[in-house]
Amino acid sequence: MSLNEEVELLKNIPLFAKIEPSKLKLLAFTSERLNYTDGQVLFNQGDSGDAAYIIIGGTASVLIGTGNGMVEVAQLSKGDVVGEIAILCDVPRTATVQAKESLITLKINKEGFFRLVTDFPQIAVEIMRELAARLEQTNMQLRAALSDKEN
Amino acid sequence: MEPTIFRFIFRHSKKEQIFLLVLTGLSFPFLYYSLDLPKTIINEAIGGKDFPRDLLGYQFDQIPYLLLLSVIFLALVCINGAFKYYINVFRGQLGERMLRRLRYDLYARVLRFPLPHFRKVSQGEVIPMITAEVEPLGGFIGDAVSLPAFQGGTLLTILIFMFVQDPILGTAAIALYPLQGYIIPKLQRRVNELGKERVKAVRKLSDRIGESISGVQEIHANNTARFALANFTARLGEIYTIRYEIYRRKFFIKFLNNFIAQLTPFFFYSIGGMLVIKGDLTFGALVAILAAYKDLSAPWKELLTYYQRKEDSRIKYDQVIEQFDAADSLTEAQQLDEPEEPVSLDGPVALRNLGLVDEGEALLENVTFEIKRGEKVAIAGPGGGGKDLLAMVMARLLAPTSGSVTMNGIDIAGLPEAVTGRRIGYVGPGAFVFARTIRENLLMGARHVPHGDPDPDSFPDAPLQRAASEAAGNSLDPISANWVDYQAVGVDESQLNTRLADLLRVVGLEDEVYAFGLRGSLNVASRDETGLRILGARSKLRSRLEELGLDHLVEPFDAKKFNTNASVAENLLFGTPVGEQFKLEHLANEPYVRSILDQVGLTEDFIRIGRDVAATMVELFKDLPPDHEFFAQYAFISADDLPDYHTLVQRADRLGLEGMEPDDRNRFLELPFKLIPARHRLGMIEEAQQARILEARKAFREGLPEEQRPALEFFSVDQFNLAASVQDNILFGKIAYGQADAGNRVGTVLAEVIESEGLRDTVIEIGLGAEAGIAGSRLTTPQRQKVAIARMLLRRPDILILNEAVSTLDSGAQGPTVARILKEAADRTVILIAHRARLAQPFDRVLVMRGGRVIEDGTFDTLDKEGTVFRGLLDEE
Repeated sequence: MSLNEEVELLKNIPLFAKIEPSKLKLLAFTSERLNYTDGQVLFNQGDSGDAAYIIIGGTASVLIGTGNGMVEVAQLSKGDVVGEIAILCDVPRTATVQAKESLITLKINKEGFFRLVTDFPQIAVEIMRELAARLEQTNMQLRAALSDKEN
Repeated sequence: MEPTIFRFIFRHSKKEQIFLLVLTGLSFPFLYYSLDLPKTIINEAIGGKDFPRDLLGYQFDQIPYLLLLSVIFLALVCINGAFKYYINVFRGQLGERMLRRLRYDLYARVLRFPLPHFRKVSQGEVIPMITAEVEPLGGFIGDAVSLPAFQGGTLLTILIFMFVQDPILGTAAIALYPLQGYIIPKLQRRVNELGKERVKAVRKLSDRIGESISGVQEIHANNTARFALANFTARLGEIYTIRYEIYRRKFFIKFLNNFIAQLTPFFFYSIGGMLVIKGDLTFGALVAILAAYKDLSAPWKELLTYYQRKEDSRIKYDQVIEQFDAADSLTEAQQLDEPEEPVSLDGPVALRNLGLVDEGEALLENVTFEIKRGEKVAIAGPGGGGKDLLAMVMARLLAPTSGSVTMNGIDIAGLPEAVTGRRIGYVGPGAFVFARTIRENLLMGARHVPHGDPDPDSFPDAPLQRAASEAAGNSLDPISANWVDYQAVGVDESQLNTRLADLLRVVGLEDEVYAFGLRGSLNVASRDETGLRILGARSKLRSRLEELGLDHLVEPFDAKKFNTNASVAENLLFGTPVGEQFKLEHLANEPYVRSILDQVGLTEDFIRIGRDVAATMVELFKDLPPDHEFFAQYAFISADDLPDYHTLVQRADRLGLEGMEPDDRNRFLELPFKLIPARHRLGMIEEAQQARILEARKAFREGLPEEQRPALEFFSVDQFNLAASVQDNILFGKIAYGQADAGNRVGTVLAEVIESEGLRDTVIEIGLGAEAGIAGSRLTTPQRQKVAIARMLLRRPDILILNEAVSTLDSGAQGPTVARILKEAADRTVILIAHRARLAQPFDRVLVMRGGRVIEDGTFDTLDKEGTVFRGLLDEE
């Protein structure tokens, strides 16, 4: 897969949708494309966060350790971004992410990510927008869950 | 050391000086005759009558007579020349030999200085003394006796000639010599004093430079460069002022000399002239005297110059010698003598009433204790309590002011270093590592005396050079002999590597040396044997990776395949450059590379790809500030060059690539070499180009001229690549980009293969060959310390003294390292100066020192109780 194809892919990710292609190209060029085989771990819950990953092919499971071992709480697929919370908020990884079958990601390291955000404010705005949307979604789910409980 | 330079000369070169004197004397008749002969030729042969003449029973006509005399003249010229040549060479050789002796003596003295002396003399002062300051002495020593003899003799000859001509004028010629002889030394004395000051000022200057280099970190970190420069200026100013003064006085002396020399002819012209006019003197005699006087001035001048040089050398010698005359130095016997019978210190250590006073301050007072043979003792105490000094006294590195140290019943004070430096092991807190390999540094501990014969083919040990060393009183120990004391090490040569590896484990340096080994490379000598074994691991690694399904993590080198994880340059060369010629940054302008590109028709492609790369880089990076870290990490083009390339790309758009200047095209051509397709993912090296790069690879290899072969080590399946590291040789390929965690996963398999192939020891051996750098600077501080401990352990001393020797190790590693050392030295006496009281735990006995005295003595457990100083120390940690 060449850089240009990666850029096309990034364009379709909501977080990067509104960013100029040339900036995306820089992002793609400065990040590392990584292939994972089935079962390989991207990072473990509790690790310190050093990079965010954009999934550009395949699927991955998000696992959370509980008293009874690891429980899959979500699945990620092409276009999903994972790991950005740990580097934005400087908290340990909140979950383990593991490749399912073969997985391709773009790995953006912490410095690169921050540089990108500071150099290109529109990316910061996009991230804010995305995070706000996710928060809103979580709130809605919470409300729904609460009203389910009341009923 | 001889107190004056003339005693030094007399003592060490008496015979040679006399020989020179005799030789000079022998040369005089020839010289005289060669001066006299022209007169005979002119008067007798050319202007003479009464031919034929009898000579040695033969009859000569005028012409043959002239020719005969001329031939004799030529022969005399040759004889004189030969004398001069031989005398000069002999003098030069003598001077060098004496200089060599002087330097050797001085260096040997430095090695005998008591350690506190190094607080008074700095490296910056000592080095120029031994190197630069004594240099002119060599030249002077060669001339010391023969030059005044020769010039004085010449002077005398001419004077005699003058007196024979006319006693009055002869007296007149030398009338002013007493005046000169009186005034000049007076003036010279002040110049001599200034000379002394100058030498001191230059020493201070070099001391300052040495200090700045040692402390350069502090200068940067504290922004004291301006102060340092101002300070340096002050030193330079001092030297300038002194030198200026010297010049003024020196040239005034010269002026005075010349003036006086010209004053005499003044008398000749005036008084001599009057005598001629009055008829008291013949005209011819005056002319002869004037000519003779002219001849007189040359030797006289030489003598005066000699006098100045003599004074210079005398001062230099005095000034150097006084610096090397340190009180309490070791004796020469202590430095070099071997004991007649082997001395063992393997017994109890007893200190009696030991005291150490430094500049009136009592640092150790009345220290008395005894350590049993084999006992493990830790000495703890607050900083400044004297425990570290005690260790140095016990190792005989410091001489106590009072009291004694005995080991196995022998007072160590008078022992030669051949005993103390072998039977006692000492490692201090900041051990020094020399600029050699780690292996050499370890073996240094056991290099006491040479064993076996010198290798006559090795430079300084050839018979001729050895004779020269002997004549100069230098060391006759052959450097090429085997210096390792295998008896001290306890194993023979074949076991040495195993022993070194064991010691690396003891000091905890094994993994690090192993890592050095992986990154290290082989030399030609070890290519065949060691190299072949390592190549065995190459195929093993490949099959192991395949077994584990990890073979996609490494893209192997294959002569017939393009390696997408290697740069275009590597793909083209298919080898590792040795030296500069085929380095990445030179490839675009390398004539042979260019001819290959032309041959396979890649030049235009590369220029086009270069343009595309440049355009992409300009597009990606043009909005970034020049100091952006992306430039350093990702860009092909530095921030400085980016605007240039921007212009170039615009020019290419306007003119077309063909229309551009060759220089501009070359700048594009530089770029594709750096491309690593799998990493950069620019998609610019397509299959067609890959195929042609493979063609170029083949053409490059086949056509490479013989004389350029050494500039490249080709990748070869069945040969060890000397220019690449051991690790890269085993890998024989590139770790694939884009495979998660590839480096670590391959590294694990690599380690496993090295282990299973039994190569770990080999890799460690290669690691031992790693250079430690200047003052061990390529090693970390803990690594240096570990090397020093292993160096000491290697020679198995009877008594081990570890003076805070583990203090710079990671705090977690200190305890375990001490435990391993104790195990290694289980049957010997170990004394640890514990910088942390806790380290004393595994020891049989603990002493606590404070204020230069031993205040507590007991086992760890008995001292670890309420109210003891030792408990206080433990609590502080």
